Amino acid sequence: MLVLAFDTATPAVTAALHDGERVLAESTTVDARRHGELLVPTIETVLREAGVALGDVTAVVAGSGPGPYTGLRVGLVTAQALATSLGVPAYGVCTLDAVAYGSGLAGPFLVATDARRKEVFWGHYEDPRVRLSGPSVDRPQDLPGELPLVGAGARMYAEIVGPSRVTGAPEYPFAGALAALAAEQLGEPDVREVVESGTHPVLSLPRPIYLRRPDAQVPSAPKKVSA
Amino acid sequence: MRDEPLVLGIETSCDETGVGIVRGHTLLANTIASSVEQHARFGGVVPEVASRAHLEAMTPTVERALEQAGLRFADIDAIAVTAGPGLSGALLVGVAAAKAYSLGLGVPLYGVNHLAAHVAVDQLEHGALPKPCIAMLVSGGHSSLLLVPDVAKDIVSLGSTVDDAAGEAFDKVARVLGLPFPGGPYIDRAAQDGSGTAIAFPRGKHDDGTLDFSFSGLKTAVARWVEARERNGESIHVPDVAASFQEAVVDVLTHKALQACRRHGVRDLLIGGGVAANSRLRALAQERCDAAGVRLRVPRPGLCTDNGAMVATLGSDLVAAGVAPSLLDIPADSSLPITTVHV
Ligand SMILES: [Zn+2]
Repeated sequence: MLVLAFDTATPAVTAALHDGERVLAESTTVDARRHGELLVPTIETVLREAGVALGDVTAVVAGSGPGPYTGLRVGLVTAQALATSLGVPAYGVCTLDAVAYGSGLAGPFLVATDARRKEVFWGHYEDPRVRLSGPSVDRPQDLPGELPLVGAGARMYAEIVGPSRVTGAPEYPFAGALAALAAEQLGEPDVREVVESGTHPVLSLPRPIYLRRPDAQVPSAPKKVSA
Repeated sequence: MRDEPLVLGIETSCDETGVGIVRGHTLLANTIASSVEQHARFGGVVPEVASRAHLEAMTPTVERALEQAGLRFADIDAIAVTAGPGLSGALLVGVAAAKAYSLGLGVPLYGVNHLAAHVAVDQLEHGALPKPCIAMLVSGGHSSLLLVPDVAKDIVSLGSTVDDAAGEAFDKVARVLGLPFPGGPYIDRAAQDGSGTAIAFPRGKHDDGTLDFSFSGLKTAVARWVEARERNGESIHVPDVAASFQEAVVDVLTHKALQACRRHGVRDLLIGGGVAANSRLRALAQERCDAAGVRLRVPRPGLCTDNGAMVATLGSDLVAAGVAPSLLDIPADSSLPITTVHV
């Protein structure tokens, strides 16, 4: 097994390779505005560092969001195009799941990332592998409970959610965690069928989780031009 | 010409996900997934709606193109993609996909200028472009007059719109007249039953000595004319308004295009872009070119509107010219200038 995983649904552009047992290489750059420029060079970096060829990759996994749409789409279309040109399957994993998996926390907690417009994308986790609810998009003051919070959305709104709840875990998803989480599942038999039926708890088809409709207004009658 | 490279071209600058495959100047596939119906109720292209549709359509459209051409991924020698200008979020989907195909297939990538691709595509139908030629590109997104010494290397902007694009004016006037989006084909059809001389609408910048266009004043004049009649309870003869508006647009377009030919001593004019499908534009351009001794080239409508074959064609010209491929970290540039034919 050789899993190539990447995520572009947060300011971090991150890629990693996993051989089914361990992360062979991981590279991450935080730059919210250049996902489209950074992703392929980042993939090339991890291939070089791991000393493997792209042709040896057996599955491509991309973070499926939620996250700012422009960056999110870069990762997903890259996964789809790369996988079809290599003739291997592509999968999506919820970006919040990668943050949860990489958090190192044991008990129940919330993951919150920046959704812009003074809102967060968030999910409720039983442990690093099990999401109980979400992903959802809400204002930070509307997040439930007393549970610890992980992720950049928690840091940004620490004053609102209560600074003591915000943990020191990494702010962003890292592709090493994404790859490891996916690799745990990819060894299972019939994984493709389960994913295609839409019932797999972790893996999905590489499609975006948007959570918001596009901003667009159906125009009323044409504006009058004369006074 | 079996030795010419097979180039797959990707276009996502606006609302069409276009994928074309060419060998040299031979067209092998041209597939399009359009999101135009999703934009119709908004009266114009909504960027986020377009970007979402591009992501959904991208890889299926590539696979349909391969199927149409009877080819496999392994046959492709190079990837070309529109790097700009256009809607940035829409461009980004195509550029990211193109880089992934380039990486996955191990073939070179060529990021190209959308406007230059509109010029290059005519070669699929009418053979190599004369050097130089004048190109006029008119669509919902652009209205440009270009001097084209060599489409793969050197393009000079002679003029462009100072406000609305020509196609945008068609869309806005169609709305005033209660016609659907996109307005171009509906105005063209309505105008068949009307008179182009019924109403004297203004011809913006007609005689200002520049090769620039302006359509905003014309659009406002049409709206004013219609509103005034409505206020007085008069009925409006839509075909006459459509024909007179259309006549004003194509009069200015063809006048300036031929002025460009005259000024630069060029005897070949190419018209491209979605508005090039307009029947009156084609007829008046032909008439005026014949009178001036200028040869007119207009690709068939399916190649005039945004498509992937035009991108593949320019990519093929770049390969033939020995141009170095693009790096895999190129940005999508929503305002890429026409002087930059490839990035
Ligand atoms: Zn165009």
